[in-house]
Amino acid sequence: MAAPKKGRKAPGGQGRPGRTLALMLVVMAALVGGMFWSGETTPRLGIDLAGGTTITLKAEAEPGKEGAVNETNMNTAVGIIERRVNGLGVSEAEVQTQGRENIIVNIPKGTNSEQAQKQVGTTARLYFRPVLNVLPAGPATPEPSGSPSASPSGSPGASPSGEPGEQAADGGEKATAPSASPTTQGRAVTDALKAPSPTPSGAASGQPESTQSPAPVPTPSGAATDSALERQFAALNCLDPKARANAGKDAQPEQPTVACGKNSIGGWEKYLLGPAEVDGRDVDDAKGVLDPQRGIWIVQMDFTSAGAKKFAKITGKLSQQPSPLNQFAIVLDGEVVSAPQVNQTLSANAEISGNFDQQSAQDLGNILSYGALPLSFNVETVTTVTPALGGEQLKAGLIAGAIGLALVVIYLVVYYRGLSVVALLSLLVSGVLTYSLMSLLGPAIGFALNLPAVCGAIVAIGITADSFIVYFERIRDEIREGRTLRPAVERAWPRARRTILVSDFVSFLAAAVLFVVTVGKVQGFAFTLGLTTLLDVVVVFFFTKPLMTILARTKFFASGHPWSGLDPKRLGAKPPLRRSRRVSAPVDPKEA
Amino acid sequence: MSRLGNLGARLYRGEVGYDFVGKRKLWYGISILITITAIVGLAVRGLNMGIEFKGGAVFTTPKTSVSVSQAQEYAQEATGHPAIVQKLGNDTLRIQVSELDTAEANQVGRQLAEDMDIPAGKINAELVGPSWGAQIANKAWTGLGVFMILVVIYLAIAFEWRMAVAALVALIHDITITVGVYALVGFEVTPGTVIGLLTILGYSLYDTVVVFDSLKEGTKDITKQTRWTYGEIANRSINSTLVRSINTTVVALLPVAGLLFIGGGFLGAGMLNDISLSLFVGLAAGAYSSIFIATPLVADLKEREPAIRALKKRVLAKREAAAARGDSAEDGDLEHHGEPRDAAPGEATAAGAVVGQRGRGRGRPSSGRRR
Repeated sequence: MAAPKKGRKAPGGQGRPGRTLALMLVVMAALVGGMFWSGETTPRLGIDLAGGTTITLKAEAEPGKEGAVNETNMNTAVGIIERRVNGLGVSEAEVQTQGRENIIVNIPKGTNSEQAQKQVGTTARLYFRPVLNVLPAGPATPEPSGSPSASPSGSPGASPSGEPGEQAADGGEKATAPSASPTTQGRAVTDALKAPSPTPSGAASGQPESTQSPAPVPTPSGAATDSALERQFAALNCLDPKARANAGKDAQPEQPTVACGKNSIGGWEKYLLGPAEVDGRDVDDAKGVLDPQRGIWIVQMDFTSAGAKKFAKITGKLSQQPSPLNQFAIVLDGEVVSAPQVNQTLSANAEISGNFDQQSAQDLGNILSYGALPLSFNVETVTTVTPALGGEQLKAGLIAGAIGLALVVIYLVVYYRGLSVVALLSLLVSGVLTYSLMSLLGPAIGFALNLPAVCGAIVAIGITADSFIVYFERIRDEIREGRTLRPAVERAWPRARRTILVSDFVSFLAAAVLFVVTVGKVQGFAFTLGLTTLLDVVVVFFFTKPLMTILARTKFFASGHPWSGLDPKRLGAKPPLRRSRRVSAPVDPKEA
Repeated sequence: MSRLGNLGARLYRGEVGYDFVGKRKLWYGISILITITAIVGLAVRGLNMGIEFKGGAVFTTPKTSVSVSQAQEYAQEATGHPAIVQKLGNDTLRIQVSELDTAEANQVGRQLAEDMDIPAGKINAELVGPSWGAQIANKAWTGLGVFMILVVIYLAIAFEWRMAVAALVALIHDITITVGVYALVGFEVTPGTVIGLLTILGYSLYDTVVVFDSLKEGTKDITKQTRWTYGEIANRSINSTLVRSINTTVVALLPVAGLLFIGGGFLGAGMLNDISLSLFVGLAAGAYSSIFIATPLVADLKEREPAIRALKKRVLAKREAAAARGDSAEDGDLEHHGEPRDAAPGEATAAGAVVGQRGRGRGRPSSGRRR
């Protein structure tokens, strides 16, 4: 045991340095073990190192609606952009908010970044379109789609159904077809009932459903376009992600179109849709709420005054239609997010009910209000990095880090001699901890090592080494006072500890502020700095200090061997030195 | 034995030492001069803002044999704007064109690839809108403000408000110098620079905090003795932590230098270089200010306090009396062996009691203690 201590209160257990060290090693082993166990043996690399494209979008509010850039809207926007990017068939794309007004889209290498760029930058378009036909997802040709039985019947039924062409749009009157063959219609009805948000308020209002078949007049003049669209509709395969993404993507609001959508059980269906009747901007507000009376989740929509008029018109018309023609589809970016049935004329306030849970009701509410969001996005930066250059940068960063580390090591060895072993081991421990935490944080919180983060880690070498210097200098001061090593190590600790804590706190504060207020890559830098500062404290307390205590018992250090870095003579301790032993080690002339 | 360790010992004991506090007027003067130069430089030359602030694109080509001037020509042709072309360490080119919007930039990238006979997918493009840099800069200002407020509060609690004020002044001083260097040398200001500048915040204070910690310890029971004035103890604190400050600064600068020269050499201009350059300048300024500005300033502020002023009077009066009596002169001797310790209970009784002990070959009570 070290020199008997009386009531010293320094933790780090100078009483049981071995135990503390062992604990530290166990923690390290656990982290490293966890790293291997989880299979995450390398930190996840950021796009700028792994290659890929990073697009930074900045939300801009429309004049007069400055409050629109808020968390809810941003999260909705992220959902929408994610849907678009993943529509490109990129599964690894990441979309996240950054700061209060930025959205970062990370698209890994190998994707058409130009297309992505185009996709993400545009404002989401939300339209309400009347449903002209609904079929299971597959193409008309016998494909193993959801329900094979529907496929054959679908194609014949389809041809007559799609008549409301441009002409109909002109008139604004939706001439909905008497449409599909009975089989188709029957199926459609069933499908519609299963549809994501079907069965709107009708259930409550008790309006008779599809009482009449209003036999709207088909407009033969639109036949050419119609048949093209019909063919498109017949061929559409919503089970194919690519086809799904393209369906209806470029549809003009005033044109009929085809689109895909999910029904309530998560299966895909395809829709033939009429021209847009109501625009997302006509929605004033929408939210998913719990109806206290019925105890179910519904989506409430409020329309603007212009929107209310249009909505009244479409619902008035639709409510007269038989199913499935009494549905309107809520189409976002060419995808049907919901297709509720209409049972009565509605105007400014409407609600959609169906088998929503809280999540789906709120999602739909968000999407609906997003259609009216006074938000648009500007592309701020686009960074494309080929993997080759990313690797090059990582290499340069690592080389720079290695050289920086080597310089620090050389300096420490020259200046602190034997003590530098303590410093180096501590740096090593710190490095292992940093690396394993970074690897584990990748999957845990989505930490990705980007170039600035590498930079932060390199800069942190200095911070970590600073703590040892503060402690070592303290120990040497104590030796200069004439103390022997054991008491010097213990006496130096409380004071060094305070200095280290105070200055590390300041460093951490800087990193935390940097992390909170900044955006983008800077956060990686700040995060790394903060992490390493925290680890620095851990390492100094639970590794360096106990190690020092143990080493103070070894002859090499305790006797002040000239190479230990603690030679009292060289440190200039005053003559009436330690009584315990007289070191006769000659002054080493090679020093410095 | 003319080595640092030994110098450290002599500094520690006060056998050698530089009168930082006494000559503070000189250092204030120098700092004011530097600050004015920085401000004038900033006003006259302004900052060389990178494309992040103006909007534009940076294209990085793979290894190519196209010469710089040729690339410049291509870029000019493709964009209609003057282009900055740099050759990087590994024979790649970095072509920087300002005032391009993102749509044009794609076109230009393709054009360049064609001109230089490089597969289009091999050119890296970094496109930035003009408000990107401004946005980062805005956040940086916010960060700076928030950090300063928090740090002042923290230091005022951990130490005292005078130290907090002095640290703040030193911090502003460092930032001014760093910005001044950028203005005068004409380094490009990029978001990386801004990040580096913000990082200096924490670093610049590191050394300052170390000195303040020692100062706080040294002046714990200052009014209970009449041997030294506050300023002298402050000066002693600087001197005794000088080696520590130098070491921490050197060790902090080494990795940054590695980044700056190696990282930069490899990749030419870029994020690594920008961060490390501003860190390098800021760190050096930070070390300077902690020694020459922050601590003397604390002494200055502190000596306005009545109790401390009274102490100074007492100390000087005592010295005068001693000099009159022809006692061993102590004037100018800043030695302060018995700086009050943080009386670790039961430990060596070196605390305040030793204040009188001084001089060569002193027999310190503590040193003889056996435990």
